[in-house]
Amino acid sequence: MDLMIESFPKLINATKLTIQLTLLSLFFGIFVGIFFAILRTSKNKIFYFISYYYSYIFRGTPLLVQIFLIYFGLAQVEWIRESFLWIFLKEPYSCAILAFTLNTGAYSSEIFRAAFETINKGVVEAAKSLGLNKVNIFFKVKLPIAIKQSLPAYGNEMILMLKGTSLASTVTLLDLTGVAKHIISTTFRPIEVFIVAGSIYLLMTFIIHNFIKFLEKKYDYN
Amino acid sequence: MSLLAYGDTGWGDELFFATLMTIAVALVALLIGFILAAIFSTLKLSKNKILNLIGSFYTTIFRGVPELLVIYLFFFGGSGAVMYVAKIFGYDGYIEVNAFLTGAIAIGIISGAYSTEVFRGAIQSINRGQFEASEVLGFKKKIYYYKIIIPQMLRLALPNISNVWQITLKDTSLISVTGLVEIMRQSYIAAGSTRDPLFFYSFAAILYLFLTFLSMQLFNRLEKNYSKGY
Repeated sequence: MDLMIESFPKLINATKLTIQLTLLSLFFGIFVGIFFAILRTSKNKIFYFISYYYSYIFRGTPLLVQIFLIYFGLAQVEWIRESFLWIFLKEPYSCAILAFTLNTGAYSSEIFRAAFETINKGVVEAAKSLGLNKVNIFFKVKLPIAIKQSLPAYGNEMILMLKGTSLASTVTLLDLTGVAKHIISTTFRPIEVFIVAGSIYLLMTFIIHNFIKFLEKKYDYN
Repeated sequence: MSLLAYGDTGWGDELFFATLMTIAVALVALLIGFILAAIFSTLKLSKNKILNLIGSFYTTIFRGVPELLVIYLFFFGGSGAVMYVAKIFGYDGYIEVNAFLTGAIAIGIISGAYSTEVFRGAIQSINRGQFEASEVLGFKKKIYYYKIIIPQMLRLALPNISNVWQITLKDTSLISVTGLVEIMRQSYIAAGSTRDPLFFYSFAAILYLFLTFLSMQLFNRLEKNYSKGY
């Protein structure tokens, strides 16, 4: 019990980094996801293949491999080390965000693609006959419907990403899991630390879960 | 390519055995998960509220907490428990428990939480009439579950079981933090001693892609086989 009280402030402090990593990766990941979802529905075969293999590779390999490849692997390439990219890629923080973004982007692109595909053709045709141009049809008609359609699946992806950020601890970042591991390995009392850190994670999943439920209700026009 | 030579000069044989280790851990974990899922999905479906709560408790915790944290719990907790017992018998040193077993149990418990939901969904989607008809025909509960309900359930659950297997397979990479020499750990060792992380982690990615591709083919075939009558 003493250990639980003692480690609580440290763990709460580390939660800030976990939230930061989750939100930034999800934010960038949405754009990556929408971008590749659009490529996927394009009639151009090259675009289709790029999008298909991007999502296939990132969904078929563990996130750990992706982080290690970006953090350890890219540092080996000379032209990257000499380019301006090195400012970002030498930091574990930005490497982790890059890996998480690409990973969640791959999963979201599948979610958004499925959502775009379920849009009724009649709706798009109606928009066309009302004289809306392509850009307007996409932003004012297709995108809002797709967002509503993808909410439940995207909620799951948000929770998966929250859990995924725990891997940042493998590249020396001290996020919630990283600090928990540090406390466990110095005190050898895993159960107490697990209870505290686990509860913090569960609280965050609970918040995400309810946030998505709230959005689903808000956008439920039926 | 010489880095991948089979034998003492390259890492081919090491990576090959590491791949087998990944498959072995994933299979054992999946099996542990199935056993747990059989128990907890029954709890979740029971009419008893307390049993329900226990079932929900299990799935909520192990689907809501990061896999890595669970692995640390079992890795440090496992040796802690063994050392505690050893202390009673007078041994005071540090004991490390088998990394394979702790890893498989940790991943198995996580995998079981996902399987529980899959099993529960599959049982619920079986027509109530099937249960009633079996009872009317005079089958004992044990027999009609094995001969009538579970075979139908498997067909419905198969696509989701395939998903759970993919998750489990990818989760095994996290056991590398405990030192078990599977694909990720072996790549880490190879990358460290050859200073070529780009090559070895790319190769690890290819190995995982190969495994996921192979299992997808296998599950597609199984699905076809199980839906013969439909």
